[in-house]
Amino acid sequence: MNLTKPFYLLMALTFLSSPVLALTPEERGLEIAREAKQRDSGWADMQAEMLMVLRNKQGEESVREIRIKSLEQEGDGDKSLTIFDKPLDVKGTAFLSFSHPLEADDQWLYLPALKRVKRISSRNKSGPFMGSEFAYEDLSSFEIEKYSYKYIKDESCDGGACFVVEQYPVDKDSGYTRRVAWIDQNHYRVWKVDFYDRKNSLLKTLTFKGYQQYLDNYWRADLQQMQNHQNGKSTELKWSGYQFRVGLNDADFNKNTLKRAR
Amino acid sequence: MKDKLFAVVLRHPVLILLACLVLTVIATAGAKNLVFKSDYRVFFSEENPQLVAYESIQNIFNKSDNVAFIVIPANGDIYTSEHLQLLNQITTDAWQIPYSTRVDSVTNYQHTWADEDDMIVEDLVTEGQPLDRSALDRIREIVNTEPILLNKIASVKGQVSLVNVTVQLPMIDPVAEVPEVVAKVREIQQKYMAENPGLEIKLSGIVMMNNSFAESALKDNATLIPIMFGVVVLTMLFLLRTFSGTLSTVIIIAASIMAAMGMAGWSGMFLTGPSASAPTMILTLAVADCIHILSTMFYEMRRGVAKRAALLDSLRINFQPVMLTSVTTAIGFLSMNFSDSPPFRDLGNIVAVGVMLAFVFSVTLFPALLMVLPVRVKETKEDDRDWTRSLAAFVTAKRRILLPGMSVLMLLLIGFLPMNQLNDDFVKYFDTSVPFRQATDYMQDNLSGMTLMEISVDSGESSGINDPAFLKTLGEFSDWLRAQPETDHVSTLTDTLKRLNKNMHGDDQSYYRLPEDRELSAQYLLLYEMSLPYGLDLNNQLNVDKSSVRVVGTFKNLTSNELVSLEERVQDWFASHASEYQVMTTGPNLMFAHISQRNIKSMLLGIALALVLISLLLGLALRSLRFGLISLLPNLAPAAMGFGLWYLIDGQVGLGLSVVAGMTLGIVVDDTVHFLSKYLYARRHRGADSVAAVQYAFGSVGRALWVTTFVLVCGFMVLAQSSFKLNADMGFLTALTILIALVVDFLFLPPLLMMFDKTKIDAPAKTVQGVQR
Repeated sequence: MNLTKPFYLLMALTFLSSPVLALTPEERGLEIAREAKQRDSGWADMQAEMLMVLRNKQGEESVREIRIKSLEQEGDGDKSLTIFDKPLDVKGTAFLSFSHPLEADDQWLYLPALKRVKRISSRNKSGPFMGSEFAYEDLSSFEIEKYSYKYIKDESCDGGACFVVEQYPVDKDSGYTRRVAWIDQNHYRVWKVDFYDRKNSLLKTLTFKGYQQYLDNYWRADLQQMQNHQNGKSTELKWSGYQFRVGLNDADFNKNTLKRAR
Repeated sequence: MKDKLFAVVLRHPVLILLACLVLTVIATAGAKNLVFKSDYRVFFSEENPQLVAYESIQNIFNKSDNVAFIVIPANGDIYTSEHLQLLNQITTDAWQIPYSTRVDSVTNYQHTWADEDDMIVEDLVTEGQPLDRSALDRIREIVNTEPILLNKIASVKGQVSLVNVTVQLPMIDPVAEVPEVVAKVREIQQKYMAENPGLEIKLSGIVMMNNSFAESALKDNATLIPIMFGVVVLTMLFLLRTFSGTLSTVIIIAASIMAAMGMAGWSGMFLTGPSASAPTMILTLAVADCIHILSTMFYEMRRGVAKRAALLDSLRINFQPVMLTSVTTAIGFLSMNFSDSPPFRDLGNIVAVGVMLAFVFSVTLFPALLMVLPVRVKETKEDDRDWTRSLAAFVTAKRRILLPGMSVLMLLLIGFLPMNQLNDDFVKYFDTSVPFRQATDYMQDNLSGMTLMEISVDSGESSGINDPAFLKTLGEFSDWLRAQPETDHVSTLTDTLKRLNKNMHGDDQSYYRLPEDRELSAQYLLLYEMSLPYGLDLNNQLNVDKSSVRVVGTFKNLTSNELVSLEERVQDWFASHASEYQVMTTGPNLMFAHISQRNIKSMLLGIALALVLISLLLGLALRSLRFGLISLLPNLAPAAMGFGLWYLIDGQVGLGLSVVAGMTLGIVVDDTVHFLSKYLYARRHRGADSVAAVQYAFGSVGRALWVTTFVLVCGFMVLAQSSFKLNADMGFLTALTILIALVVDFLFLPPLLMMFDKTKIDAPAKTVQGVQR
């Protein structure tokens, strides 16, 4: 009888699984978030066009045309500038946002009809963006500190083998109790997010389609589809014209120059 | 063939008992599928145009099903620091109600104001912040000048306010969803009332109403069915003086109800308010079959005939009339399939099945039971016969007065029939013992009614709601609607826009008016929308394309006619002021306001068809087309007289009553069948003249008719005690009609026969006049 054999087997198992065993699900979730953030860092600035298509349960449709510019920030949330082109009656309206991981974001809106820049109150991050099914918090930049994490399981998704991670918003003004994200294991891209409302029932599902790589590094989806399960409405974001490192700087993201934003 | 059946039944009663038991158990097992659907929408068929319009509005904007917490502080003043904090907590807790998508209260009202160049949007009452006198006064001032809140969320006097929760039921499992919501709602209500002695929270809203449909019906069934069984048992014990007979009857009734409800379950039906009254109706109708069989059997036994022979005789004599009356009753109930309202179709079908089952059981299971159980009868003379004899004597003697007298009375009552008003107010479907009704009445008295009209105005172009011309029209319409005498509250986008315009001009009151520039209005709205937190957005007022807007009017309690006329005025206003916009008016109240009319129209065809079928059957059974035609008069008149009398009693006809004519037709026909068949038997087989034949008919079926009528009237009067007015009125008018039918059959039909049958003229109407001359 060879009594050592099971012992070696046990040793081997312990060794193989040790990276997993060493991490709690919470730590593992955080690690995945860090890796995702790390891989998507360093793009500096970008701009793109976005077509926003809103649909209600009756099948009615409405289209908004928007341009977005973003400036990556070290150690803080990104700055972003959103310029509305359609509907025509809000053409030229510009929305400037300095997102912060933990405090309320700073937000300003330039209204061309009034020729004024107005500050927007901050409790609205759970509110809908332009009447769509996206809330502000769904669109602002991903920061590690915004959530606490829990790794749930591995599961295959549209992006191949995926991690399934639960993210719990830290901000009490968030409209969610949790988000469940499917992140592929190859490139750490998000493929699907389920949003659970304040009473922890499934509110929305966001799916990402048509990922393309820019600067040989950064992945962006061409299409984001948000389906609201409770009211039957949906919103699609169709992205195009991605450009990175076009030379934007802080001066382009200034509330005093918001009037001149084009 | 039927003789063979009876022979088998009487020879092998135990076998029959077992067979019936097995079949009943199998059928009854389906009852586990029978669940209550708590949704007022069940009253509308899928093709109902008002429902279709309403559903499409709900799909364009957001659904407006709601729960209203009516919060009443002990000291009668909502503007105290403690109470406002309490409202804040209730508001927060209300977000935990399943399927809630929006919560509106005084505290989370998104108050906007100008701070130098910025527009501040924030909760009117911030959480956890103690409020001093001046802050409280400021809040009161804001509420009392804000048309969105005043009279809807908070009362002018400030003694009561609402926490209104919008609920979006997924409708995946409609049976479970409403109770799930209500359980949480009540938990919140109980919690705050327990923690704050003196605080009162009442519950109203569409969800609570939906829930009351189920609770009211279930409570009814828990009280009314036992009462009804009690009535049957007592009546039978008292009138027929038999224990075994009573027990057997109860078993037949129970088996019929269980099997019919079980089969409804197997067929995938839902229970609804009206169809939940099926057990009471089957109970009532099944008794008659047994009474007829029992009374003939006892009649024979009293004359000394042995039990088995007496039973066989009774079955032979009664088989045809019992079958015939069961079939006609079933046809009457099946006429409800023409109803526009599905719950009444279900009710008709369940009762029709129940009645036919009762027939089958009463010629199989019933004799089998009687064979097994001991039945003893004293050999006595029937003294009650004197009573029917004297009635017969009276009718034959006074026939020349009775015929014109009754005719006048009938015509007089029928003359009142068209004066009934159609009215369906679903709040009044519940009597004042139902908490939902109490809460809603309170809300009506202190805040605003539950009568809502949703008016969607479509500008016809994308983003067209920002067009100054459109806004001007909308503003004028809102002012006009607000000025109508029946209006409690109007929720309109123009109020929000006026307020934003003011905020954007440093809160200058002179700018409390609509922006005159399209871009300005669009950008105000954009700014405002971007400032609102989750669940408090404008999506319930604007469609995604911002091409149409929804105005919601809240009105005092209105009758259907008043509401429909208001709807017409709204449409007229737009036709004459702004015909370029497409306007749709909808809402649950309007749906109910139109349903009776639709239902009555659709039921007329059903009644006509039932009438033709029943007359054909009668003609066949009586083997005389002429007597079939004569019988139409006493069969049709009672329902018309009942409705005429109803005008004098109540005068409001709703959904529940619109099916009564069809339903009673099949029941009242029974009396005529029994009376006429005995009359004709005497004429044909005993050579009696019409007077003697009438006396014979009275003598042989008079007592049975009055006993069955008594039981039927009792049964439907028990139903009339329902807290669910739809069923209560239906029960009452049915009882009334059945009673009238007996009076007509005793006092009008015999004189008619005696006049008509003597002169042998074909057309009955002419006969009556001819004889009188």
